[in-house]
Amino acid sequence: MGVIGATLIRAGRRFLSSLPALLGVLIFTFLLMRVLPGDPAVFFASGPSAGKEEIEVVRKQLGLDRPLPEQLAIYLYDVGRGNLGRSMMTGQPVAKDLRERLPASLELTFSALLIALIAAVPLGVLAALRSGSIIDHAIRLFCSLGVCVPTFVSGLLLIYLFYYLLGFAPDPTGRVDVFTTLPPARTGFLVADFLLAGDLAGCAAALRQLMLPAFTMALFVIAPLARITRASMLVSLGSDFVRTARSVGLPRWQIVVSYALRNAILPVITIAGIVFSTMLGANVLVEKVFSWPGVASYALDALLVSDYAPVQGFVLLMASIFVVVNLLVDVLYGIADPRATVA
Amino acid sequence: MSAIGGSSTLRHAAFVLRGNLITAIAAAGVAALALVAIFGPALVPFDPVASDVPRALQPPGALHWAGTDQLGRDVFSRLIVATRLDLAIAVTAVCISFVIGAVIGAICGYAGGKLDRAVGRLVDVLMAFPLFVLAMAMVAALGNRVENIVIATAIINLPFYIRFARAEVNIRRNLGWVEAARACGDGHVAVVLRFLLPNVLPGMAVQMSLNLGWAILNAAGLSFIGLGVKPPTPEWGIMVAEGARFISTGRWWLVAFPGLALMLAVLCFNLLGDGLRDILDPRMRT
Repeated sequence: MGVIGATLIRAGRRFLSSLPALLGVLIFTFLLMRVLPGDPAVFFASGPSAGKEEIEVVRKQLGLDRPLPEQLAIYLYDVGRGNLGRSMMTGQPVAKDLRERLPASLELTFSALLIALIAAVPLGVLAALRSGSIIDHAIRLFCSLGVCVPTFVSGLLLIYLFYYLLGFAPDPTGRVDVFTTLPPARTGFLVADFLLAGDLAGCAAALRQLMLPAFTMALFVIAPLARITRASMLVSLGSDFVRTARSVGLPRWQIVVSYALRNAILPVITIAGIVFSTMLGANVLVEKVFSWPGVASYALDALLVSDYAPVQGFVLLMASIFVVVNLLVDVLYGIADPRATVA
Repeated sequence: MSAIGGSSTLRHAAFVLRGNLITAIAAAGVAALALVAIFGPALVPFDPVASDVPRALQPPGALHWAGTDQLGRDVFSRLIVATRLDLAIAVTAVCISFVIGAVIGAICGYAGGKLDRAVGRLVDVLMAFPLFVLAMAMVAALGNRVENIVIATAIINLPFYIRFARAEVNIRRNLGWVEAARACGDGHVAVVLRFLLPNVLPGMAVQMSLNLGWAILNAAGLSFIGLGVKPPTPEWGIMVAEGARFISTGRWWLVAFPGLALMLAVLCFNLLGDGLRDILDPRMRT
């Protein structure tokens, strides 16, 4: 059996074992909706002035008069068919709204994770190579400060610096200028769509809009990534195979990159998965600061006007993405370290 | 050395503090925060909610050290007064999750079996949510009030305490001294309460300090998006939210100073937590 086959089997087994957690998440969101204040039947009736009989009719229509387990079964069935209810705020099905807005959130999160990794891995490697030196302490200080500044504060200060003082960044609202003609949506990632449409100016504009929010989020997660890179590099630099590589006179960069780093990268992948899900949560704050039209700001707007179906759909979506990301991390782990699949 | 005397733990703590200036500074910072929270509201130069519209949006100066906001309120006074509320929310939330988490975790770790597995599953489900989103949804579900921010923050912290207490009790439950206590006729409840929990507490204290910083960020984040604390109550997250409208016209002080307060508070708790970990368990030093 090849490595790929073993990885697939592992992924399948892992997926099966994450099913109970997913079911738990579904039940939890269902219960959350049940304890939410306000009676959905009153909302869906013609208005606050609706009569008692009318509300009763709506209640029957919505199935709210049935026993809880039956309602749960109906809910599970609905979710299984991709029906997450309807948003009163936009008048559209929640699933449609979420689908339209998810690419914006993913574009932001992925770019932020990319920036964070590009910054954190070299920082961590450098700190490990020069462990105990001034550089090491400087990097540690930077990391300690990074996790202490809330994203909404660093985002606003970046706006002050790059938009107000330097005039370098565009108006920090949304993904593009209101007057821009959007490219045909192929990937949903605006930067990529502009590129595919051959519109380089549009691509640059979208990149400039993306820059500040992505950096804001990256700043917050560089610290854990750099820390774990440093710790794991220290272990791998002190190992026998690095000593052997040194003693046979391999070039230094080869020892560091293809021997030490390759073996040190596993914990970094795991933490990157955790960080990704943290960022999906932190998205709420960054999307609010930059008026980014993603799923998190959608859920937040809905939450503030007591429109609960979008909130429920959003929580469910985030939890599912979290489970999927964990699964992905596991598969990546198996590819990066074939030994993991044997066990 | 002799001046400190006392138990060996105290002496060890003093030794580590001497060798670890940063932890000492962090401890002093936390003490200062506590003092500001207790005495601050009595000492501030201006009424934190009194508006003075002609003096609105003034940059920091000799009279208003941190400037004034859009209603002419003194930002410095508001910052100081807000300390009490921000710390109270974080400390209460962390204490609640500490007590409940320690008890549930200790029972699970001691009893094992079906109960342990069921609670473990529940914790897994809780951990499957992005925690900030979960807190958001819970505040929405329970009602938009400060108490509910405390409850939501306590619940999202709970899994960490349950796991920690469970693991720590689990590795100790078959040790000799537990067996000895059982042999002496102590019941299960007494063994858990009198022997196992006290051994787990020091490690959990470290967890608490690290969690406090996180709880402060979490609570400020929730009030930043308009949940929980309501204006005109002075609170760091709300102050940032109100100042956000003026950042693109260059009024940096409305965001920078509450941001700085948040950063310093979180930094002190984080550094103290790291330091406490070094004091309790020098092996875990990174």
